[in-house]
Amino acid sequence: MPGVKEIRVKIASFKSTQKITKAMEMVAASKMRKAQERMRATRPYAEKIRTVIGHLRLANPDYKHPFMVERDVNAVGFIIVTTDRGLCGGLNVNLFKATLAAMRDWQKQGKKVSVCLIGSKGVQFFRRLGGVETLATVTHLGDRPHVNDLIGTVKVMLDQYKEGKLDRLFLVNNEFINTMSQKPVVRQLLPVVTEDEDKLQKLWDYIYEPSASELLEGVLMRYIESQVYQGAVENVASEMAARMVAMKSATDNAGKLIEELQLIYNKARQAAITKEISEIVGGAAAV
Amino acid sequence: MATIHVDIVSAEGQIFSGEAAMVFAPAAMGEIGIAPRHAPLLTTLKPGEVRVQLPGGEEQFFFVGGGAIEIQPHLVTVLADTALRAKDIDEAAALQAKQRAEEALKDRAGKIDVAEAQAELARAVAQIKAIEKLRKIKQ
Repeated sequence: MPGVKEIRVKIASFKSTQKITKAMEMVAASKMRKAQERMRATRPYAEKIRTVIGHLRLANPDYKHPFMVERDVNAVGFIIVTTDRGLCGGLNVNLFKATLAAMRDWQKQGKKVSVCLIGSKGVQFFRRLGGVETLATVTHLGDRPHVNDLIGTVKVMLDQYKEGKLDRLFLVNNEFINTMSQKPVVRQLLPVVTEDEDKLQKLWDYIYEPSASELLEGVLMRYIESQVYQGAVENVASEMAARMVAMKSATDNAGKLIEELQLIYNKARQAAITKEISEIVGGAAAV
Repeated sequence: MATIHVDIVSAEGQIFSGEAAMVFAPAAMGEIGIAPRHAPLLTTLKPGEVRVQLPGGEEQFFFVGGGAIEIQPHLVTVLADTALRAKDIDEAAALQAKQRAEEALKDRAGKIDVAEAQAELARAVAQIKAIEKLRKIKQ
């Protein structure tokens, strides 16, 4: 039986660990709420820009921007949004599994796969994995990602697409369903998939300044950027939710361990006292 | 008085939404003033100030780093950029992103992750301490 003192030290160390996990849980909970708000805030822009693209397309049925043309696929690109820090359960692992599954499908068909990584966990993972070309990375976006930080990274992929080195571009991030569940999703960014056209008001004839094609280029680029930004923000919300849940279960487990140890401690203490008494009684009887 | 609905949105959130008597915006081809029932227009914006004149005569100012504006007779949508955009700035950002990717690859053989290195260091320090203790006991 371990000594009484060792058990006491162990309990103290578990208690301090529990305090830390509890604090992390609460921090993640408050950060999650803020991230959810930011997630909601990105929606109006995406919706508005989608309508503008729809209008532009309706107005110029003949003009096809390269971002909208389906072409034969030789190479595909993935923009993968991961977290910067760990301790968030299986969030990143699940995301990598989904990504690798999607990649394998393309690789089996003999297509080239290259990636663009957002978040240091992704960078670490693909460094270890190897075999996939990494075109651009950005890490340490923090809890509040900004569009500024993403522009360059996205541009690398868009340029590759324009040059014909990529024929399809996907975005992979964790979708925030609710606090308890986050799901990795792989979405197609390029060519742009637009909504059905019936919903849009027809008969608009705009005055364009400068030409419609130039406008479309700018708007499409911003659309893609906003999609990636949205993915990054959603991933932060997922990260916080996953961390909250992971830390909660860690706190609970620590509690259980402490309880068990407390029992053992009590028993050990009792045994020591009994032993002492019996020794004294034995000693007295001998005298 | 006739009013026009104005939405100013950026990728990071909604900036303004409401009715206005008149809107002024820095369009690519010069500043434009938009009154209700303006002809449909789509144009890009230069970095500058969007002024929204509220029906009461009060004015509100919003700085935009560029973007696009869509005008319909009763609706103005400003798609504002949060960042200052210029071709060479974007280019530089793209270059940086590429460099980061290359550095990350180089690290594969050489440097170990900081966290891993720190853990390694802590272990080494603990080992040295243990060895020193052993020596003291032996003496």
